[in-house]
Amino acid sequence: MSAAPAIELIGITKRFPGVVANDDITFSVMPAEIHALVGENGAGKSTLMKIIYGMQRPDAGEIRLDGKTVNLRSPKDAIAAGIGMVHQHFMLADNFTVLENIVLGSEPVRGLTLDLAGARQRIRELGSTYGLHVEPDRLAETLEVGERQRVEILKVLYRGAKILILDEPTAVLVPQEVEELFRNLRGLKAEGVTVIFISHKLDEVLDNADTVTVLRAGRTITTVKPADVTAHQLAELMVGSELPKPDTQESTVTDVVELDLDHVEVTSADGRPVLHDVSFQVHRGEVVGIAGVLGNGQSELIEALMGLRPVTAGKVTLHGQDITQWETRPRREAGVAYIPEDRHRQGLLLPSPLWENVMLGHQSQPPFERSIWIDQHGAVERTNEVVAKYDVRTPGVDVSAYALSGGNQQKLIVGREMMSNPVLLIAAHPTRGIDVGAQAAVWEQLKEARRRGLAVLLISADLEELIGLSDTLWVILRGQLVARLDPATVTPVELGSYMTGAGDEHAPLEALP
Amino acid sequence: MKLRRFLLTVAAPVSAIVFAIVLCSVILEAAGYPAFTAFHSMWTYGNKTSSLISIADRAVPYYLSGLAVAIGFKMNLFNIGVEGQYRLAALVAAAAGAAVTMPAFLEIPFIMLVAMLVGATWAFIPAALKVARGVHEVISTIMLNTIATGVSAYLLATYFQEKAKGKNIDLVPKTKALPKSGQMPALNRLLRAIGIHIPVGSDLYGFLVVAVLIGIGYYLLIWRTAFGYDLRASGVNPFAAVASGVNPKAMVIKVMVISGAIAGLVGMSDMLGFFHRYTTDFPTGIGFTGIGVALLGRNHPVGVAVGAFIFAYLDRSAQILDLNGIPREIVTIMQGVILLSVVVAYEVVRRIGQAQETKAAAEAATRLEGPAPREPVPA
Amino acid sequence: MTAPATPLVSGESGGPRPELIGGTARLPGKSKFVVAAVLILFLLSVARATTNSPDVTSSGTFGAALRLAIPILLAGLGGIYAERCGIVNIGLEGMMIMGTWFGAWAGWQYGPWWGVLAGVLGGAAGGLIHAIATVTFDVNHIVSGVAINILGAGVARFLSSLVFTPDTGGGITQSPGIQGHIGKFSLPFVAGGRILGWRSPDVSGWLERRRWFFLSDLGGMAKGLTGDISLLTILSVALIPLSVWVLWRTRFGLRLRSVGENPSAAESLGVPVYTMKYIGVIISGGLAGLGGAFLVLISSGIYKEGQTNGRGFIGLAAMIFGNWMPSGVAVGAGLFGFADALQLRSNKAVHALLLMVAIGLLLLSVLWALRRKPIRAAVCAVLGSGFLIWFLTSNRVPEQFVGFTPHLVTVLVLALATQRLRPPAADGLPYRKGQVQ
Repeated sequence: MSAAPAIELIGITKRFPGVVANDDITFSVMPAEIHALVGENGAGKSTLMKIIYGMQRPDAGEIRLDGKTVNLRSPKDAIAAGIGMVHQHFMLADNFTVLENIVLGSEPVRGLTLDLAGARQRIRELGSTYGLHVEPDRLAETLEVGERQRVEILKVLYRGAKILILDEPTAVLVPQEVEELFRNLRGLKAEGVTVIFISHKLDEVLDNADTVTVLRAGRTITTVKPADVTAHQLAELMVGSELPKPDTQESTVTDVVELDLDHVEVTSADGRPVLHDVSFQVHRGEVVGIAGVLGNGQSELIEALMGLRPVTAGKVTLHGQDITQWETRPRREAGVAYIPEDRHRQGLLLPSPLWENVMLGHQSQPPFERSIWIDQHGAVERTNEVVAKYDVRTPGVDVSAYALSGGNQQKLIVGREMMSNPVLLIAAHPTRGIDVGAQAAVWEQLKEARRRGLAVLLISADLEELIGLSDTLWVILRGQLVARLDPATVTPVELGSYMTGAGDEHAPLEALP
Repeated sequence: MKLRRFLLTVAAPVSAIVFAIVLCSVILEAAGYPAFTAFHSMWTYGNKTSSLISIADRAVPYYLSGLAVAIGFKMNLFNIGVEGQYRLAALVAAAAGAAVTMPAFLEIPFIMLVAMLVGATWAFIPAALKVARGVHEVISTIMLNTIATGVSAYLLATYFQEKAKGKNIDLVPKTKALPKSGQMPALNRLLRAIGIHIPVGSDLYGFLVVAVLIGIGYYLLIWRTAFGYDLRASGVNPFAAVASGVNPKAMVIKVMVISGAIAGLVGMSDMLGFFHRYTTDFPTGIGFTGIGVALLGRNHPVGVAVGAFIFAYLDRSAQILDLNGIPREIVTIMQGVILLSVVVAYEVVRRIGQAQETKAAAEAATRLEGPAPREPVPA
Repeated sequence: MTAPATPLVSGESGGPRPELIGGTARLPGKSKFVVAAVLILFLLSVARATTNSPDVTSSGTFGAALRLAIPILLAGLGGIYAERCGIVNIGLEGMMIMGTWFGAWAGWQYGPWWGVLAGVLGGAAGGLIHAIATVTFDVNHIVSGVAINILGAGVARFLSSLVFTPDTGGGITQSPGIQGHIGKFSLPFVAGGRILGWRSPDVSGWLERRRWFFLSDLGGMAKGLTGDISLLTILSVALIPLSVWVLWRTRFGLRLRSVGENPSAAESLGVPVYTMKYIGVIISGGLAGLGGAFLVLISSGIYKEGQTNGRGFIGLAAMIFGNWMPSGVAVGAGLFGFADALQLRSNKAVHALLLMVAIGLLLLSVLWALRRKPIRAAVCAVLGSGFLIWFLTSNRVPEQFVGFTPHLVTVLVLALATQRLRPPAADGLPYRKGQVQ
C-alpha cells in the first residue's frame, strides 16, 4: 500500500460565530479502507464531513484526493471528484420514487426526456453488484429505515463515488440492521470503495473499522488501529476523561399508580389504527421506558398522552382521574411535564427571551400568571432559578433562546419541566443531539426526579439510555406493546430483536399480562 | 444590548423609506419629471396645519385597519378581509344608528358596538372555514371581500336606502342620516386650547381618542395578558404552542373575531365624524392599506401608528403633485416599494441581530465554562 | 428563524399539528373523472330543462366559460410552478395585474402577440421580485406576496397615468384599444370549422338547436369548447399537458419538484436550490402575466383597472382544489370559469344554478350519510335545503349577488371538497443554503 492516500486533510480549520468547529485537522485515509471518525457530539465531526463534501468551505487548510489538491466549492464539485455522502438524517423526498431520489442531480436523459428505463436498469445492476436491493418504483415514504439507508448508499454509488462518507449511519438502526450495514460496507470495500464513517459507538468502531481517527473539541487527537486500543482507552481519548454511563441505582418504585393506560386505541386521520390495545402503568418513582424502531407509534403515544391527539377507545387515568377526553392545558395543570423529542419544533420559542420560554407549557399557572395577566417578575425569577440550578450557560434571561447551544437549550427545557412540580414526566429522546456533559446532567436530573417520586415515561432511540435508566421496559412495534422486559438483564441485541419483531421466536423474558 | 436592538429595528423602516425615495426619484427623473421638486413640494404641503389635521383624520382608520391586520399577523393568521369587514360593518352600523335615537353617551357606543359585532361576525366565517374545513384564510377572506361588497350593495338598495324626497333624484344611494346624538364632536376646541390655529374647513375627528384607547388595549392584550402570550407563542412556533396547551382552533376563532371587531371600527371615524351616514362614496381600500401599515409597524401599536401616519402623509401630500403636473400615482408605487423593502430590511436586521446575540451568548458560555479539558491520553 | 408561511391548506385542520398536511394524494382516476363530468352535465341538463333557461348549457355559455377559465387556469398553473419549488405565491394577483398592463400597452403599441409577450414578461418581473424577497432574503412568503399585490396595482396605476394619457383615448383606469386580433379557430365537423376554405358541417351546433334532453346540452358544450376559439386559448390549454411533461418527465421538472419536496436532499446532490426556486417563481409570474394578457387581449380588448378581480386568488384556489396537479387545476379553473360565465350570461342561468347547487349538496349529504359522517351530512343537507328553498321561493337572484357568483363558488368548493390533498412537503418553509443536518 504505497499508493497515495485516497483522501488527505491538512490543517483544516473552520470557525463559526463564537466557536471553532474544526481546528487544524489533519489525517489521511488509504484507498479501499474503512476509516472511522470518532468523537463526542460537538467534537466537529459533522462540520468536517460537510467540508469534505463541499457543503461548507474551510477557513484554512487543504484537501488532497489521490495526492492532488482539490477545491471543493459545492457538493457538485465533491460528487465530480468521486466523493459521496450519506447524511445522518436521510435526505429523501418522501413523495418521490426510489428511482427519482437516486437519479436526482445526475439524471440520465434521452433527448429532452428523462430516461427512466435506463435508470431503472442501472439501479438494478448496482443493487445486484453490491447486494443493495430496493425496488426502484416504490415511493420513498413507504420504505423502512434500513431500506432508506440503502437508497442513500445507492444514490452515492450511482454517481460513481469512490469515497463514501457516512454520518452516524447506525444511529437509527437496530443491532441487526447495523450488522447488515457493515456487511454491505465490507462488500463496497472489496469493490475498491473507500469508506469513512462517523460514530461514537465504540464497539462497532472497533469491530468494523480498519483505522480510527479521534476528534475532540475540533482537533485531531490521534489516529490508531483498532487492534492497538481498547474501547476504554478510545473512550478516554474521545472525552478526555471517563465517559458517563446512564444507570440507576436502587429501585425507588412505589405502589402508587400515577399513570394508567387501559386498552388505549388511537387512529390516524384516515382511520387506520396507529396505537392498538396499549395498556401499561407508571408508578411513582418509576421510570418506564418505551423502546421501538422509529415510527412504530411512539409519537402517537406521546401525543395521545399530551392530549394532542384524540384517544378513540380505552381509558387514560392520571393520579386517579380519568383524563381521556381532557385537552392539553388541563393535563399540564394536573402536573404532566413534557420534554419533547424535537426541542426546536415543540419545546422552544426560539426568537423569544428565555423567561418566555420558561413559561411555555406552564403559562396558565403560578408563578407565571396572575388572573388574566402574565407575571413577568415571577417568570424572570423562576428563569433565574432554572438557569442557576440546571447550569444553563447564558449571559442573561433576556437572551433569545436561539442564541443558546443545543445542550443549554435542553437543560433549560429539563429545568423548566422539573421545576413545575410535576407528577408525571414524559421525556422523549431527552439527550438527543447534545454534548456529553449536558447528557450526563440530564441523566442525573432524571434520576434525581425519580428518587423524589416522580413517575417518568421515557421514550428513546438510545438503547443504552433506555436500559440504563428504566425500571420497566416495554417494546412497541406497529402500534402495539409486544414485550415487557427487565432492564437489569436484557442486552441491546435482545432488545433490538424484539424491536424488529424477530424476538417473537424467543419466549419473552416476562410474559405479557 | 437593548438600545442596539432598538436602533437596529428603527434602521429597517428608515432605510426602506430612504430606498423608496431614491427609487421613486429615479423613476420620476426617468419619466421626465423633476424629482426634487416633487418631494420638496410634498414636504412643504404635507407640513401645513390643515394638511396635518387631514393626515391625522386619515391616519385613524389606517391605524385601526393596521391593528386589525396586526393582531392576526402576530400569530401568522392573515386577515386580508378587513376591507369587507369594515364596509359591511359601517353600513349596518349606520342603518342601526339611524333607526334608533338615544342620548349621545349611549348612541355612539351603540353604533360602535353594532359595527364591531358585524365585523366580528363577518370575520368569523373564514375562521370557521379554516378550523372546520382547512380553508386557508387568505383565499377565503379575499373572496369574502367581494361577497361583502355585493351583500352591502344589496342591503343598501333593498333595506337601508333613504328614499329620495320630492323630485330630487339621488344619484348616490345612502342610508338615513344619524341622529345628532350619533355624531361625534371634533377635537378642534382641544387643539385651540393648546394654541394651534385651525384653518377653516379643518376638523380633527373625535374618534382619534377611541383609536388611541384601542391601541393601548391592543398593547396590553398582546404583551401583558396570558391570552396574548398564547397568541404570540402560536405565532412564533405553533407546534410548541399547541404542546404547551394552546387550543389552536379556539385561538384562530378568537383572534379572527377580535380582528374583525377592530376592523368593524375602521369606518367609524369618518362616519361619526364626517359623513354621519353610509353612502356608496364611503372611502374604500383602507383594509388593504392596513396590511401595509401593519407590516411597516411590525405589528406593534406604536409602530403601526407611525406606519399609519406615513401612509396618510403620503396620501395627503401627494395631492399637491397634480398642481405641479406630476402624476401623484408615484405615491402608490412609493407605498408598495416601502412595503416590500421594509419586510426585506426587517429580515436582514433580524439576521444581524440574531448573529450578534448568538455570538454574545457563545462567548458568555465559554467564559462560564470550567477549566480547559484535560490533555489527551496517548494511546 | 422566520416563522414558516402556512401551506395554503391543512389536511386535518387545526389538529395536533396546526400545519399538518393531509394523507396520501388520490387524484380521481380517468374513469372516475369521466363519470363525474357526465354526472355534472346531467345535473346541468336537469337544471336547464326544469327552469327552461337554455343559457345554462348553451354553446355561448360554454364558450364564455372557456374564455373565463383560461386566466384562472394560467394563474393556477403559475401557482403550481411556484409551490412545486416550495414558494407560496399569494402574489399571483399582482403579477397578473402586471400582465394586464404590459399586455395592454404592448398590444396597443405593437399588436396582440407582442402584448402576449409583454404580459408574460411583466408577470415574470413580479415573480422575480417575489423570488428576491422570499429566496434571497427569506421574507415570509405570504407577506411578500401581499406586498407584491399592492405594488402591482400601484405600478399599473402609475404607468397608466404616464402612458394612457387622455389624448391616446385611454385614461388612468383604462387603456386605449388593442390593435388587431389574435386568430380564431373552429374544429372541423364538430363545430363547423373550415378545411382549406371549405366549411365543414356544424354537428354540435345542429344538435344544440334541437333542444333534446342531455344530447343538446352535450352539443352546446362541444360547440362552446371547440367553436370559434382563440389561438391563445389553444396555446394556454396546451400548457396543461406541457406542464405535466415538463414537471414529471424532464430533468428540469424533477429538480424543480425536488426543491419543493426536500431542498436539503436536492442541495446535497448538487441541485442549485436557489436557482431552481428563482426559475420556478419567475415561470410562475410569467404564467400569471400570461393570464393577465389573456384577460386584456381576448376577454375585454382593453386594460381596465381592477379587471383581474381576484382571479389570481381564484387560480390559487383552483390549484389547491386540483391538488397541485395541472389536470386538477384545469378542472378547478373550468368550474370557476363556468360559474363566472353563468353570471355574465343571464340572471336566469344563475338562478338555475341555485337548483343545481341544491341538488349537488343534497346528493353530497346522502353520500356523507352513507359514509357515516352525520355532521357533514347534516351541514350539507341544511345548506342544500336552504338553496332549494331559495330557488323555489324566488324568480331571480338579486343583481348584486350575481357578480360574486365565482367568488362564492370558490369558497364553497374549498369548504366542501374532500381535503385529501398533498401539497409539496417543503411548501412555504424558509430555506437557507448549507443548513443541512
